[in-house]
Order: sequence, then structure tokens, then C-alpha cells
Amino acid sequence: MSDFWILLTGVLVASCSGILGAFLVLRKMAMIGDAISHSVMPGIVIAFLLSGSRDSLLMMVAAMACGLFAVFLIQLFQQKGVQADASIGVVFTALFAIGVLLVSLFARQVHLDQDAILYGEIAYVHWNTWIVSGVDLGPKAVWLLGGTLIIIVTVISLFYKQFKLITFDPALAAALGIPVALFHYLLMGMVSMATVSSFESVGAILVVGMLIIPAATAYLLTDRLGMMILLSVGVGIASTFVGYGAAVIIDASIAGCIVCAAGILFVLAFLFSPSHGFVAKKLRLRKLVA
Amino acid sequence: MSRTDSKSTTFVMERESIAPPLAVNGLTAAYQKKPVLRGVSFTVTEGELVGVIGPNGAGKSTMMKAALGLIPRLSGEVLVYGKPYKQQRKLVGYVPQRESVDWDFPTNALDVVMMGRYGHLGLFGRPGAKERAIALECLAKVGMADFASRQISQLSGGQQQRVFLARALAQDASLYFMDEPFAGVDAATEKAIITLLQELKQEGKTVIVVHHDLATVEEYFDSVLLLNVEVMGYGKTKDVFTQDLLQRTYGGRLAFLDRSGLAQPDITKG
Ligand SMILES: Nc1ncnc2c1ncn2[C@@H]1O[C@H](COP(=O)(O)OP(=O)(O)OP(=O)(O)O)[C@@H](O)[C@H]1O
Ligand SMILES: [Mg+2]
Repeated sequence: MSDFWILLTGVLVASCSGILGAFLVLRKMAMIGDAISHSVMPGIVIAFLLSGSRDSLLMMVAAMACGLFAVFLIQLFQQKGVQADASIGVVFTALFAIGVLLVSLFARQVHLDQDAILYGEIAYVHWNTWIVSGVDLGPKAVWLLGGTLIIIVTVISLFYKQFKLITFDPALAAALGIPVALFHYLLMGMVSMATVSSFESVGAILVVGMLIIPAATAYLLTDRLGMMILLSVGVGIASTFVGYGAAVIIDASIAGCIVCAAGILFVLAFLFSPSHGFVAKKLRLRKLVA
Repeated sequence: MSRTDSKSTTFVMERESIAPPLAVNGLTAAYQKKPVLRGVSFTVTEGELVGVIGPNGAGKSTMMKAALGLIPRLSGEVLVYGKPYKQQRKLVGYVPQRESVDWDFPTNALDVVMMGRYGHLGLFGRPGAKERAIALECLAKVGMADFASRQISQLSGGQQQRVFLARALAQDASLYFMDEPFAGVDAATEKAIITLLQELKQEGKTVIVVHHDLATVEEYFDSVLLLNVEVMGYGKTKDVFTQDLLQRTYGGRLAFLDRSGLAQPDITKG
């Protein structure tokens, strides 16, 4: 049974981050995903200190607030003339450091394992189940991720054309009256949510891999946005299965193996994609010359 | 002509006489401290092709963005058919500078043109068969029907420009802002675009175009706005497009603009 729950958790993480990752990659905001995933740390710790539990709604809200705060700060610094990459670097390392500081200060009250936050413990998701009046409803992480996925799918499919247009041509979007900033923060809010829901299973660092690598892989495989989103989810799910299989065989970190598998799939797409692949391009050139 | 027809024509005429397509009053805009536009005022007459001329950095794009509410105004007022732009969005079409978007975005030409319909679809509406048909029609108008399913990064610069133009046509607007639609296109495409603009004009639409090629200004535009932070001149082309005003607009950076000179290279050679 634990296999099932671990794989389901992985599939849910892959789906949430695959959908959002496609938009992050296209908006050239891959590193914003990284920033958010680290910035939610102080929110998680503060919420934990306040509520004493690691699965509260408060934790979700606090982490999201921190993620959005980070996005807001990054933009503020950029507008005031700090280079884009520098402002991302400053904001997320500083916020993350605050989180680390809080954990070490309140280590006794906070039963938060820093390693677990950083690297996740997907192998243990099935230990922490949700029991309502004696009935075991399965791992809490699955419920949390499932809820997050439903929200993401609903929001993105309701406002697909808006998200598409603010990504491709924000100027036209604004001219047509689409509230560009609102949708921007909506997307960033969902990224924060996906990050928090995933952090327990894959950790703050590896979730970035799930946000970016499958989406970057999908980008190499198609010329349509809708297809890119589906492929991004597909690559994430494939990585989950391949990675989990490998982890079982070589007895290594599951989350580590999943992201490694995603990395390998990316390299394969980079080399062998029929449209954008390195090999295909070389072959086309050779054909032209011959 | 039936009675209702003539009635509606009168109605349109009345609207024309009351509210011009675009009235800009004392528009001042800035990105940082220094104003990029200062006290810009002009009123555009319905059914005209208006050229916006000025050196790089003169604020031509900024003027369009400020008019469309894309950047905040420090002061001044912009009225589209007598009302603030926010209430008239559906009447306005916009062709941004081609470099303003990422052409590697995973989408095809038809899809980009369909984006022109988004403003008519409402909050939750999805583009469907009707939007597709309109978009195909607009692509055909710019001579790009054969490229409908082509990934946009695989279009040439001139073709991308035509796709942008088709998207603006799909907006089905009455007033168009076009930022350098002739930039980097060959003579044939330029001809096709100007023919299209003239067709729009014939339909009573108003088109405001940022343009850099001074040699074609007199041929293309009914009115000209000379812009360099401030309005250096605005009016009918024959009145405003003069040596004197151009020198002032380009601040002497225009070494010589002898339009007769453009046609005289043979004399100097011989
Ligand atoms: N996003 C921005 N932030 C800060 N300054 C800007 C920004 N965009 C434009 N500017 C400045 O505003 C001024 C006007 O720019 P604008 O793009 O309107 O010029 P333009 O007339 O369209 O020039 P071009 O012919 O080169 O397109 C320039 O001095 C430019 O440096
Ligand atoms: Mg410009």
C-alpha cells in the first residue's frame, strides 16, 4: 500500500507543478519558482509556532503569504533599479535564512526537521494519515495535494485565455482590460500553494525541479501551449514512476531519484526531440548540405 | 436605400460630429522622474490615417501606451469617442512593436490572431468556431492564410508583422494604434499593409501609425503628429510636414532632409 501512496503523492506533485511550471517557464520566471519555494520557509515555521501542527490551514495561508510577499519584494526591487537576478537572489536567500534562523532558535518547540523541509520525505507520506472519527482516509499529503490540484485545474481552465495572453503579450492583455497584475499574483499564489503542499513530500529544493524541469522538457517537444501543459504533467508523472522504481532498486532518496529522472528526460528531449532536438537539427542541416 | 438605413447613417454622422475618435489633452507621462511626454494635446479626425513622426526615444510608443492605459499618466486626459478609454476598449485595436513579444512562444499564427477576439469573449468565454473563422478571414486579408498553422517563430519578420496586423483586424475596432507596422518589412509587404490601412480608412476607421520613413509620409498619411517629448506640430500633412518643423522635431539631428534631394542622386553622380 505504501507504494501506492508514494506514487500517488508523486503524481499529484508532478501534476500541480507541471501545469504551473509551463507558465513559469514561458514567462521566463523559472527562478521565481525557486525564490517562492525557499521564501515560504519562514511562513511555514511561524505558522508551526503559532499552531503547533504541520498540517494546519494556517500553515498554508502563512506560506502563501510569504511566497507572495517574496514576489512583491522582488518586483519592488526590480522597479527601483536592482537587476532582476540580483533582486531574486537577495530576496529568497534572505527570507530562507530567516526561516533557518527561526527553526534553529525554536528547535525545541518546533518539531520541524530541516532536512525534511529541504529534501522532503516522500517515503513517509503514508505514515501521516488523516483519521476522521476512526476512519483512515489516507495520507494528509495526498488530500492537501489533491485539493491544490483541483484549485489549480479549476483556476487555469476557467481563465486559460487570460493566462495565455498575459504570458504571450501582457501589453495587449492590459489594453483589452485583463487585470494583468491580479492574474500574475493569482499564478504566484498558486505556485506558493503548490510549493507548500509539496514541500513535505519532495522538499523545498526538489519541488523547484518538478516545477521547471518537466515544463522545460515539454517546451522542447511541442509548439502548442495546451500540449505543452499536458506534456509537462506527463513528463513529471513519468519521472515519478521511473524515479521511484530506481530508488527502490538502488535504495536511494526517492525525491532525489524522481528529479534525477526528470533531468534525464530533459536531456533526452534536448538531444532527440523531433522538432527542437539537437540531433534533429544537425540531421536537417546535413540534409540541406548534401 | 431604406429609411432605417438612412436613419442609422445620420446617427453615425451625429456621433462623428460630437466625439472625435481620439482627443488627447495635456498628456504628461514619465517612467522615472523626467517626463517622457510633456503636455501632449491633439485631436484626431474620424476616418483619417495619422502618422506619428519623431526621433528614437521621442515618446511615440509611450504616447500610445499612455493612451491605452498601459502606463499611468501623470496628468492629462485621453478620450476615445468622447469617453475614457476604459469604457471604450472594444472600439480600439492595438498593434505593439513587434519586439514586444516572445516569438518563441508555443503557438501558431491562427492562434495569435484569435487573441484579437479575447476582448469580445467576456470573462469566461472561450474562442470557438466563430473566432476561428474570423481569425482565418483576417489572416487571409493580410495574405497569410497559408501560414495559419505555422509556429510563429518560423515566420519571417515581415510575416510576423502581418500576423500582428491580422490580430488587430480581428479586434474589429474603430480606432487603431499601430506601433511601427512597417518596421523591417520589404517593399511588397509595405505595399500590402498600406493598402490594408487604406481599406480600413475607407470603412470609416481611424488609424494612428508610428512611422519612421520620412520619404513616404506625404504619400501615406492624411495628418501628421510631430512628436519629440512635446508636440512639435500637428495637422494636415501638407501643413505640418515641412522642412522647418521637421528640423525642430529632430533637433538638428536630421543632417539634411531635402525631399527633392531624395530623387536627385543622378545629378550629383553626373
Ligand atoms: N520601460 C521603460 N522604463 C524607463 N524608461 C523608458 C521605458 N520605455 C521607454 N523609456 C524611455 O522613454 C523615452 C521614450 O521612449 P519610447 O519608447 O516612447 O520612444 P519611441 O519614440 O517609441 O522610440 P523608438 O522610435 O525608438 O521606438 C525614451 O527616452 C526611453 O528611454
Ligand atoms: Mg517606439
